[in-house]
Amino acid sequence: MTDATTETWLILGATSSMARALARKLAERGAGLLLAGRDMDDLQATAADCSFHNASWAEAIRFDARDPESFGPIVDRMQAETGTLNVAVFVGSMPPQEEIDAQPEMIDGVVSDSFTGPARLVHALAPLLEARGSGTIVGVGSVAGDRGRVGNYVYGAAKAGFHTYMSGLRNRLTRSGAHAVTVKPGFVDTAMTWGLDGMFLVAPPDAVADAILTAERKRKNVIYTPFFWRYIMMIIRAVPEPIFKKLSI
Amino acid sequence: MWKTAEYTGWGRFYRAKGELARPERASALDRIAGEAPCPAIGQRRSYSDGCLNTRGRAIATDRLDRMLGFDEETGVLDVEAGCRLSEILRFFAPRGWLPTVLPGTGFATVGGAIGMDVHGKNHHHVGSFGQHVTGLTLHHPDGRREVLPGDPLFAATIGGMGQTGPIGSARLQMQPVKGPVMMVTERRVPDLDSYLELFDTTEATYTVGWIDATATGGNLGRGIFEEGETGAGLVPPAKRGKRIPMDAPNFALSGPVVRGFNAAYYRRIPDRGRTVVKPLEDFFFPLDKIFDWNRLYGKRGFHQFQCVVPLAARDVLREMLTKVSASGLASPLAVLKRMGPGRAGMMSFPTEGYTLAVDFPARDQAAEMIRRLIAMATEAGGRVYLAKDAFATAAQMDAMYPERADWAALCNGLDPDHAYETDLIRRLDLRAER
Ligand SMILES: Cc1cc2nc3c(=O)[nH]c(=O)nc-3n(C[C@H](O)[C@H](O)[C@H](O)COP(=O)(O)OP(=O)(O)OC[C@H]3O[C@@H](n4cnc5c(N)ncnc54)[C@H](O)[C@@H]3O)c2cc1C
Ligand SMILES: NC(=O)c1ccc[n+]([C@@H]2O[C@H](COP(=O)([O-])OP(=O)(O)OC[C@H]3O[C@@H](n4cnc5c(N)ncnc54)[C@H](OP(=O)(O)O)[C@@H]3O)[C@@H](O)[C@H]2O)c1
Repeated sequence: MTDATTETWLILGATSSMARALARKLAERGAGLLLAGRDMDDLQATAADCSFHNASWAEAIRFDARDPESFGPIVDRMQAETGTLNVAVFVGSMPPQEEIDAQPEMIDGVVSDSFTGPARLVHALAPLLEARGSGTIVGVGSVAGDRGRVGNYVYGAAKAGFHTYMSGLRNRLTRSGAHAVTVKPGFVDTAMTWGLDGMFLVAPPDAVADAILTAERKRKNVIYTPFFWRYIMMIIRAVPEPIFKKLSI
Repeated sequence: MWKTAEYTGWGRFYRAKGELARPERASALDRIAGEAPCPAIGQRRSYSDGCLNTRGRAIATDRLDRMLGFDEETGVLDVEAGCRLSEILRFFAPRGWLPTVLPGTGFATVGGAIGMDVHGKNHHHVGSFGQHVTGLTLHHPDGRREVLPGDPLFAATIGGMGQTGPIGSARLQMQPVKGPVMMVTERRVPDLDSYLELFDTTEATYTVGWIDATATGGNLGRGIFEEGETGAGLVPPAKRGKRIPMDAPNFALSGPVVRGFNAAYYRRIPDRGRTVVKPLEDFFFPLDKIFDWNRLYGKRGFHQFQCVVPLAARDVLREMLTKVSASGLASPLAVLKRMGPGRAGMMSFPTEGYTLAVDFPARDQAAEMIRRLIAMATEAGGRVYLAKDAFATAAQMDAMYPERADWAALCNGLDPDHAYETDLIRRLDLRAER
C-alpha cells in the first residue's frame, strides 16, 4: 500500500511562521499537508495558500498539545493517507521567566506545549512510520535546551527533554528505515521573538525551513540553524559550571 | 508585541523611530486594531513619509502575505494585504492571469497599492489599482468590516493612505494574460513634442517613457518610448538580483556622470527602434533586480517629484523640463506617461493628463527646485503624488485634491482620535476640516 511517489506531512504548530515557511516549500514540491494547531481560522488561511502553491492537498485539523483528546483524530487522519508519512513539530511556548517565577504552576503548561504534548502524539504516530519503513519526524527544539540559563530555563528544560526524546526516537526509528531529525534553531525572526531584548544574528523563518529540508534530504541527525549556533553552543556548553552560574547571558 | 525600530520611506530622507507590531495572522491584527489602533504600513516603497509614524506606532503587514482563494470563473483573487504584487505576478502569470494594475515596483503590497491607489503602464486603458478591487476587509476596533465599491468608505479607503484603518485582505479582479512574456517595442524619441504625440496616438496596451532629464535645447524631452504587449514565447532565464552593498559616495550621481550615462542610455536603442521579448517582471519592475538601489544616493537619501498636469498644460511640462535640465540636479531616473481619467478614491492621484516623475538626490538646491515644480503643477491645475511628495504645503492640498475636506470629515468620523495618522498626514494637515 505504500506509494513512494506521495508524501504527506503533518505539521504540528502550523501557525508558527517557521512552520508556514516549511509548509509553503513542501507545497511547492507537491506534498499533501495536514496543518495542525489551535487557531483554525489561521490554519485554513495557510491551507488555502498551500493549495495555491501546488500542494496536492492541504487541510487544517485541530490540535491542542494540552488536550490529548485532540490527538486521536490526527492519528486516524494520517493513517488514512497512502505513501510516506512525515511529521514536523513546531509546537512550543516560551512565557517570560518572571511570569513563571510568579506562578510556578505554569511549568506544566510549558512542558506540555514544548515536550510532552507533541511527544505523546508523535509516539502514537511512530508505529505508522515504522510499518511503512519510511518517513521522517522533524522535531524543533532550541539552543535554549543545550544549557539552562536564568532567563528561560523552564522553557530550556522542556526543550532539553524534547531533545533527549528525539534522540531516543531516532535510535528507535532507524531500525525500520524511518528517521528523526532534531532541529535546534538559534534566534529566529518570529512572533515569539518580535520585540524581545538581546536578540542578535536573527535568522528569517525561510532560512530555517530551507535548513530543515536539507537535513531531511541528507538524513542529518541533529542540526543547528543557522549552522554557526553549533559553535556558539559548543562554547557555551564548555564554560565550567562554577563560572557559568555567575553569568547572565 | 511591539518592537522599537528606526525606519524610512524608500527615499531615505524622512526617517521615523517608533514602535512596530507585526501580526502574523488576521486574529492578531484584530487584537492590535482593538487595543492600539495605529496606521498599517506595507513594504515602505512610498518615497517620503506616507509610511512613517514618528514617535507613534505602526503595524507592519509583511507577514500577512497569503493567498486565500481564487475563483477561476471570475478571476477574482482573495489575498492578504501584506502580499507583494511580485508574488502574485510570479504565481499567476504562468497560469494565465495578471493583476490588472502593476506599479513600477513589485515590492509594493496589496495594502500599499490600495492605500495609494497606484497606477501602472496601462493606466490609459484600465485605470487605477482601486478600480479593480471588488472588496476589502478593514480591521476596526469594534471588529472587521467588509467594504464594497459604492460604499463611501470604499472611496475613502482607496487612495486613503491608511486613514480608514488597517486593511487585512482584499479581493482583486485579475485579468487574463496572453502569455508569460512581454513584447516590448523601444524607440528613441528626439524631443518633447514627438514624445507627447506618441503618447497621444499609441494604441499599445502598456506604455511608458524614460526621459533624459539632462538634455537641453533641441534635445529637450528626448527619451525612449516603450510599448508593451503580453505574448506567448520562450521566457528568457531570469537573472539573479544584485544588491547595492553600501551607501554610495556623493559624487556617484553628480551632474556630469548622469549626463554621460543618459546619453549612452539613449543611444543604446538603435535609430530605427527595436522589439525585444522580456520576462514580465523585467518590464513591469525594471529596477527591482537591483535590491536597495536607493542606497546609490548615499546617506542623505533622495526625492522623487511626480506630478500630473492636464493635457492642455503641455507648455508647463516643457517649462518644468527646461528648469530641471538647466539645474543639472536630476538623476538618470525620469519618467513620462500619459494618464487616463481612471481613479477609484477621493484622494487618488490619477487624473487625465501627462505625468512626469524625476528623481533628485536630497540636496538643498533640489528641495528648492522641487518646491518650484510643485508650485508650477498646482498653478497648471495639476497635482503631486502623495506617495512621492516631500515638500508640498498644506495650503496647496485643496487645489490639488478637491475632495480632501469631505474625505477628512469621513476619516475623522471614523477615527476621532486621529490614531491612524502618519507623518505625511500631519505634515500636510490632510485631515483638517477646513
Ligand atoms: C521603484 C518604484 C517604482 C514605483 N512605481 C510606481 C508606479 O509606477 N505607479 C505608482 O502608482 N506608484 C509607484 N511607486 C510607488 C509605490 O507603488 C507606492 O508608494 C505603494 O503605495 C507602495 O506600497 P507599499 O506596500 O510599500 O506601501 P507603503 O509605502 O508602506 O504604504 C503606502 C500607504 O499605504 C498605506 N497602507 C499600506 N498597507 C496598508 C494596509 N494593509 N492597510 C491600510 N493601509 C495600508 C500606508 O499607511 C501608506 O499610507 C513606485 C515606487 C518605487 C519604489
Ligand atoms: N523564534 C525563535 O527564536 C526560536 C528559537 C529556537 C526555537 N524556537 C522554537 O521554534 C518553534 C516555533 O516557534 P516560533 O518562533 O515560530 O513561535 P510561535 O509563533 O509562538 O510558534 C509556536 C507554535 O506552537 C503552537 N502552540 C503553543 N502552544 C500550543 C498548544 N498548547 N497546542 C497547540 N499548539 C501550541 C503555537 O500555536 P498557536 O498559534 O495556537 O499559539 C505556534 O504554532 C517553537 O517550538 C519554538 O520553541 C524558536
